[in-house]
Amino acid sequence: MPKLTIDGIEIDVAPGTTILQAAETLGIEIPRFCYHERLSIAGNCRMCLVEVEKAPKPVASCAMPVGEGMVVRTSTANVLKARKGVMELILINHPLDCPICDQGGECDLQDQAVAYGRDRGRFAEIKNALKKKDFGPLVKAEMTRCITCTRCVRFTTEVAGVPDLGGIGRGEHLEIDTYVGKAIGTELSGCLIDLCPVGALTSAPYAFKARPWELKKTETIDCLDALGSNIRADSRGNEVLRVMPRNNDDINEEWLGDKSRFAVDGLMRGRLDRPYIRENGHLREASWTEALNLAASKLKSTPAAAMAAIAGDLADCESIAALKDLMTDLKVASLDCRQDFAQIDPSCRAGYLFNATIAGIEQADALLLIGANPRKEAPVLNARIRKRSLKSNFPVGVIGPKMDQIFKYEHLGDSAALIEDIASGKHPFAGVLKAAKKPMLILGMGALSRHDGSAILAAARKLAESCGMIADGWNGFSVLHTAAARVGALDLGFVPERGGRDVKGILDGASKGDVKLVYLLGADEIDVSRLGSAFVIYQGHHGDVGAARADIILPGAAYTEKNATYVNTEGRVQQAKLAVFPPGQAREDWRIIRALADVIGIHMPYDNLSQMRARLCDINPLFAKQDVVTPAAWGAFGTPGPVADEPLKTAVANYYMTDAIGRASPTMAVCVETFVSGAKPRTGTHG
Amino acid sequence: MSFHREEPKDFAFDADNIAKAKAIVAKYPEGKSRSAVMPLLDLAQRQLGGWLPRVAMDYVANYLSLEPIKVYEVANFYTMYNKKPVGRHHVQVCTNLPCWLRGSDQVVSACKKTLGIGVGETTPDGMFTLSEVECAGACVNAPVAAINDDYFEDLDEASITRVLEAIKKGEKPKHGPQNGRMNSAPIGGPTTLKGEG
Amino acid sequence: MLSDKDRIFTNLYGQHDFGLQGAKARGDWDGTKDILAKGREWIINEVKSSGLRGRGGAGFSTGVKWSFMPKEVGARPHFLVVNADEGEPGTCKDREILRHDPHKLVEGCLIAGYAVQAHAAYIYVRGEFYNEAMNLQAAIDQAREAGLIGKNACGSGWDFEVYIHRGMGAYVCGEESALIESIEGKKGQPRLKPPFPAGVGLYGCPTTVNNVESIAVVATILRRGASWFSGFGRPNNAGTKLFCISGHVNKPCNVEESMSIPLRELIEKHAGGVRGGWDNLLGVIPGGSSVPVLTKDICDNVLMDFDALREVRSGLGTAAVIVMDKSTDIVKAIARLSYFYKHESCGQCTPCREGTGWMWRMMERMVSGDAEIEEIDMLEEVTRQVEGHTICALGDAAAWPIQGLIRSFRPEMERRILARRSARL
Repeated sequence: MPKLTIDGIEIDVAPGTTILQAAETLGIEIPRFCYHERLSIAGNCRMCLVEVEKAPKPVASCAMPVGEGMVVRTSTANVLKARKGVMELILINHPLDCPICDQGGECDLQDQAVAYGRDRGRFAEIKNALKKKDFGPLVKAEMTRCITCTRCVRFTTEVAGVPDLGGIGRGEHLEIDTYVGKAIGTELSGCLIDLCPVGALTSAPYAFKARPWELKKTETIDCLDALGSNIRADSRGNEVLRVMPRNNDDINEEWLGDKSRFAVDGLMRGRLDRPYIRENGHLREASWTEALNLAASKLKSTPAAAMAAIAGDLADCESIAALKDLMTDLKVASLDCRQDFAQIDPSCRAGYLFNATIAGIEQADALLLIGANPRKEAPVLNARIRKRSLKSNFPVGVIGPKMDQIFKYEHLGDSAALIEDIASGKHPFAGVLKAAKKPMLILGMGALSRHDGSAILAAARKLAESCGMIADGWNGFSVLHTAAARVGALDLGFVPERGGRDVKGILDGASKGDVKLVYLLGADEIDVSRLGSAFVIYQGHHGDVGAARADIILPGAAYTEKNATYVNTEGRVQQAKLAVFPPGQAREDWRIIRALADVIGIHMPYDNLSQMRARLCDINPLFAKQDVVTPAAWGAFGTPGPVADEPLKTAVANYYMTDAIGRASPTMAVCVETFVSGAKPRTGTHG
Repeated sequence: MSFHREEPKDFAFDADNIAKAKAIVAKYPEGKSRSAVMPLLDLAQRQLGGWLPRVAMDYVANYLSLEPIKVYEVANFYTMYNKKPVGRHHVQVCTNLPCWLRGSDQVVSACKKTLGIGVGETTPDGMFTLSEVECAGACVNAPVAAINDDYFEDLDEASITRVLEAIKKGEKPKHGPQNGRMNSAPIGGPTTLKGEG
Repeated sequence: MLSDKDRIFTNLYGQHDFGLQGAKARGDWDGTKDILAKGREWIINEVKSSGLRGRGGAGFSTGVKWSFMPKEVGARPHFLVVNADEGEPGTCKDREILRHDPHKLVEGCLIAGYAVQAHAAYIYVRGEFYNEAMNLQAAIDQAREAGLIGKNACGSGWDFEVYIHRGMGAYVCGEESALIESIEGKKGQPRLKPPFPAGVGLYGCPTTVNNVESIAVVATILRRGASWFSGFGRPNNAGTKLFCISGHVNKPCNVEESMSIPLRELIEKHAGGVRGGWDNLLGVIPGGSSVPVLTKDICDNVLMDFDALREVRSGLGTAAVIVMDKSTDIVKAIARLSYFYKHESCGQCTPCREGTGWMWRMMERMVSGDAEIEEIDMLEEVTRQVEGHTICALGDAAAWPIQGLIRSFRPEMERRILARRSARL
């Protein structure tokens, strides 16, 4: 442990620590542009210069490892002079366009210029200017503002694993560019906006929408995949204008997928802002009283065995619990949350969690992907796998379709029968897993939603057990969910009661006429054409497929519009926070159900949110533990049986449109054109 | 970035260069074939008559299993890779201080006059491109012009004109000092090393 | 004056065969095996005590540099890298070694490589030196064929290969870590130090980077003895040295002379004197473009060595002497160098990327006088903002010539500004 002195304070730090990091632990802030703790060290901006005793010149503190007995000074006149000199040089070719720059107000360069800038410019020459570049529909590139710190180049190369960006040219002509004018092909491209310390890379969809000081910032969580990435929703008035990641080392570090960041414009479109009732085949506006009365009478008059409820992928735990309470009271047994038919066994929690945890991926030393493509299903988690594989040798085997991945993997084949081969030790990859200390598998919804999903689940369990994935302090069996609501719904038991039907059964029953009433809680991912003549009550926030088929629409709140609980794929209980109010007459979802119960004449034991939350804990005490992962006990799950020798598929084909919000988002539509359908080829002639 | 109109559709090493490329890669340790990117780009440029279109960069990237951007970076960093076609004879006059002190301005204007083009331009027949370059590293033989791989040294207006006219006629003028001196020895004979071997 | 028998580069002007036969006739490859047989420690100590300081410009002790390499070869092999990316304006000495005495370099590589326990040397030759690289390659091939390098080089039991890596036009690759990046197939952007190449160099392996001249003199030093070499020049400035004398002299040339030779003697004895006589001298850049210009009064007496030139706030650099007579537009001359540094900045770090362009543009205005007197001080300040704040020394190299100009020729700069102003009025 080297001991050094910084500004007169002695400190012991781990060997390899840089001066800048050591200073930070003392609360001494050193200005920087190029340095970023999650990227490799570039040392190019030269803003972090400090004085080190015996060093002939100022030292870049971001790049200098501490040494025993080092004496560092961070705020002497010389240091200040050096930084002021660098600041002036950064600014000479930087445009004076802060008034029209979206970074204004949250710009590192602005902030540091206040501390280190001169009051007026001395640069009498002509400033350099660069052409705009086309980095795709999400990232707006005003390269004249670029200070070539290369954070973006390092991010795409290191974290995102798509080396599309480089520094082209040299000297004052050095430009960050793709050279071929293509869109940056990563699902994490929005992170470039956060990383860019100036206004060179800003959000294209958010361009000129607001100034940061006009925004209300709400710390909440994302629901557009099953990770529960921590986010901040920035709103003005009743509109969420943008979403940015918050740091959470256990989940998303400080990254966020493009869908989670940019689909928010879908929150302002296609919204259900008042109740509707279908009359003569057409939906007409209705009052809450009318809608609830009609729903109540239908729920009272339909036989319990002919009623069913499906919870959708964006549903929150409070509304799921309330709906389950209501259905239980009505003796309805046909409940399910697995819209994709995933044959998850709800009886054993370890059987449906990402037990290894997201951060745990970094401890793993071998990985088997089964019917999962994390790049499309959870890009932030995918980046964690890449991070792990860059650290040291990390064998990754894939059963499923070949994919365009950002880490090296061995394609073992696409047949589901391979799971059995590895489990029984027949396949050589079993040896790889067994040789590892902390092997893990990621089981995707693509595998579980097959007709033989339950057998696959059992086979995967056997594989985990036989290949040493289940050990003291380590559980490598990891299910990757795609729906934010799924684990919460499973934890609350929103699955068929004895004699009840699952989603497939409900749809079969409805199309045959046996199921006469279906309550859809934001369920938009089912084949509504199979609902036959059933009476459909749709509660949700978007006029998507479910609402289009509904007989009654009860307008609910989206994830940014309610204080609601979600459980992520690891089993981590987190709370979303209300950033804006639901539009028009739309209401918080559990309150709608609570109101409906009232009309029916059922009394529910919760009148406010804290009572509602208490009810959650009542159903499952795990809900009392926020933000942490409680390891789940291993047990038996799945139904051993024949696994068909059929190719495995993965769950998400189109990353940008997996839910009603994405489908309503104009930005996501452009992304699909650019990245998925290729309908909009991007060439060097653009921009 | 814009590409030259005459960008070829595709590129591949010819048989000769395939053999050369193999030998080049072999100079570097196992697994370090990225090191070969510079010589291979040079090889491609030579095969293409002195310039490096993007297809050639892509070919080299593919040849070495490198991400294309890494090759673009290299090709755009080093000045000897020409991103635009050049004439068959690339006349590169050094105008840095030691050459300027001894009349590189006159050499440049003689080139312009003889070739009828400006700096950075190519003659319509594609025979000559005229460039100004940084220090050629032959300062005691200033002024210097490199024509393709050969240095013509101790130039003045008359001698560079003579050299260019000879090339125009298809001759191969002798490179090196144009004033009769022996390499970098003082003109009129060395002050040292006058004895036997 | 150094006598011919004490000159190392006896084929400096290419008057003889550069090939193996010619080289052997000049004494190369003589007893190389015996030298190696004396062992690493002896070689390194001998080179240390010869007082040889790096000939690439920085002047760091070659023997000491070698001793920084790990004593034991671990999992990572060691490499020797030779810097033949000669491009510092005024400098053209390594070119002569490459084309006229390449065997001195190859033999030196073997000895140095053996001393630092490297089995391979990469010689980085600037791309423009195409014909020079061909001669060097021929020498390497001859040496290999003769068993002097390759497996069991010279019968020493040491395997040693020498490869050429050609640059492609980037002055900054003369910086050792940029050069390593370039060999690795990347842009020539200098690395952050630490780590230094002796710890983490080529391919992340321990690496010694030496200038061509430093390596090429090693065999002769070891054959003739450290004390022979250290007998030339003043203490701490030992040896013989290749000087390049360019610019306004009657007979520009390269010449090998003793270190610490007076500048005036060097110019008058070998380069035929200043054009128009010594009194027509305006100034001399004594060590390549990066070092500050000296005025005539300093040139009258200054010695050509590291310490003497440092004392007059300039430097020996590469010992490339650029002579300017009184006809020279000194502001324009330095502005030309400023353009060069702007052109050659790799662009990686802020002060150099931004500062070289700013300094050049201001210098252009100084040439025409289109500036304010106070801007001279401002220009000085900007050079200080660049100097010492960059990743590599290119920023310093861009700053120093301007500082030297302002220090020594400020009245001329002011005169122009005032003249321009009165012309406008």
